[in-house]
Amino acid sequence: MSSEQSAALDQRPGIVKVLLASPILGPVVALLLACIFFAVMSPRFLSGPNFSLILQQVMVVGVLAIGQTLVIITTGIDLSNGMVMALSGVLIASFASQKGLNPFLAITIGLLVAMGLGLLNGGLVTGIGLPAFIVTLGTLNIAYALTRIYTTSTITNLPSALTFLGNTFSLGGTAIANGTILMLVLYGITWFMLKYTPAGRSVYAVGDNVEAARLAGINTRRVLLGVYTIAGLTYGIAAVLQLARTGVGDPQAGQTSNLDSITAVVLGGTSLFGGRGSIVGTLLGALIVGVFRNGLQLLGVESTYQVLITGILVIAAVSVDQLTHRK
Amino acid sequence: MNLKRLAVLGLVIPLITACGSTPSTGDSGAAPANGSGQIVVGLITKTETNPFFVKMKEGAQAKATELGVKLLTGAGAKDGDNEGQVTAMENMINAGAKGIMITPSDTKAIVPSIQKARAAGVVVIALDTATDPQSASDALFATDNFAAGTLIGQWAAKAMAGKTPVIATLDLAPGITVGAQRHNGFLQGMGLVSGIASTATDLASSKEVVCAQDTHGDQTEGQTAMENCLSKNSNINLVYTINEPAAFGAYTALKNAGKEKNVTIVSVDGGCQGVQGVVDGKIAATSQQYPLKMASMGVEAIVKYAKDGTKPTGYTDTGVTLITDKAQSGVDSKDSTFGSANCWGTK
Repeated sequence: MSSEQSAALDQRPGIVKVLLASPILGPVVALLLACIFFAVMSPRFLSGPNFSLILQQVMVVGVLAIGQTLVIITTGIDLSNGMVMALSGVLIASFASQKGLNPFLAITIGLLVAMGLGLLNGGLVTGIGLPAFIVTLGTLNIAYALTRIYTTSTITNLPSALTFLGNTFSLGGTAIANGTILMLVLYGITWFMLKYTPAGRSVYAVGDNVEAARLAGINTRRVLLGVYTIAGLTYGIAAVLQLARTGVGDPQAGQTSNLDSITAVVLGGTSLFGGRGSIVGTLLGALIVGVFRNGLQLLGVESTYQVLITGILVIAAVSVDQLTHRK
Repeated sequence: MNLKRLAVLGLVIPLITACGSTPSTGDSGAAPANGSGQIVVGLITKTETNPFFVKMKEGAQAKATELGVKLLTGAGAKDGDNEGQVTAMENMINAGAKGIMITPSDTKAIVPSIQKARAAGVVVIALDTATDPQSASDALFATDNFAAGTLIGQWAAKAMAGKTPVIATLDLAPGITVGAQRHNGFLQGMGLVSGIASTATDLASSKEVVCAQDTHGDQTEGQTAMENCLSKNSNINLVYTINEPAAFGAYTALKNAGKEKNVTIVSVDGGCQGVQGVVDGKIAATSQQYPLKMASMGVEAIVKYAKDGTKPTGYTDTGVTLITDKAQSGVDSKDSTFGSANCWGTK
């Protein structure tokens, strides 16, 4: 939030000012209310092991949502992320367990493939000026087809190096998955980059007004290429987490992950019109979905209602964003 | 502005701590219940929407109510969504489930998660679809899908006597055992192939099969697949379908092409709408299975385990009946009146 904008908003109601000053307040309050509700309703909700489980359950979508957040801040959208993850995951699993490659080499290949597809997305968006929606719809289908062409059967017997992130360590009696820590570290790095580095700030600048950013001397093309490629990298990392979490290379993985990651980003208060958004909000958004899914399951409510509530929350989040930023 | 951000952070941290604090109830994982002493049973289906699984859930709920136990249900977002099933299983273990029944969306991919559940002392029963390997679950309550395919194959061989079969198979999806078992059983029942293991996961082929397409058991995809098959070979006179929605899709395509009178459709499932298709003459014969019974037996077995520690083991065949109004000699079948009365195990 820039100071000029806040100055112009003096006549607005107090709640709007508060939300403008701290857009993250919305997801924080939503998450807090959800936690309180489920804690009251189920004696099993409010426990270290259960919260650790929720973190484990959101780690794959959570990491996909990091890349998605970056892309959305630049006014783009990435529909391909789940399929890029599936392709990358299947390649890593196959190279490491069927072809006998060193697992770390296999991971490197998987990450490079994911980055390559990200670079392709970025190249088409910046080079030909195609809308991100269409470009990533194309790469979604390409990555899906490549995955199915490569294999249609699940790859089992992963080497222990690939399942390490799914293992847990004990912290005060609560088992915490290694992958959870990796997710939090990635969020930390992204938060720092966006906030404290020129590169991070230029991501916001490009999203806010690409022409103004260009005039200000930012190489907008390079910023966009970088964003899509880094997003690809996060999808590759999500693939590694997905392998660790389920213990298999699954060619059917990630089919709804694109929308799940967009949901997390939107719930976190990032604007689909670009230029505004918070990576911490995205983490909270992913947690909100995870808390509802877990809490409703503990209560024995069928999962259709979780989908219903997610839908309502998404509309509420976008409405709050629109109403507070209406000029 | 930074101060405000700090204030927000000040809100976030206690929140995470609040969510992560230790439980007030002291019950351990070994306790059989959710605090109130009630036995908890889980049911995880492939999807929430498929009528087959709706029926399964009805059977589980009825039995759970009868025995006074709590039923938790979960499902993947769509067919093939392994991670959704994994998540549901983890949540149910945390909810204190003594046993979980699951129809695995991916028979191999679910195995590591089932192993974790069993290691946590939870008994796992596969319903309808075996895990791969089958021994990954404690027990399997399912239709013999190969036998279901064999029945419609034997019936079709008799019904087509004197004609040369030109066959289209509208299958499930690559790598799914149920799809291969029904398809292979059908071809073996027709006598077109022989010696196929009932556990084979690859689709058998024979020269009579002129078109084989995947439908994911979906009506719209079934229609598209049938349309494509007709463009490939317009002489098709026998259509095998993985389930009745695919069969209805095929029927629509045949009707649009004006061929519905000359083509025989056979299927597997025996759902209430499916049997209505037999009544209406759209489907000639279908193998009826009993999902309600699978789930009902599953709840009983888990409650028994919770009470006296006896684990269910091995494979229990929940039975299959051929439903047709054109009975053929030498092939056991019941008519559509029986089929409607027993669709998917309604009693």
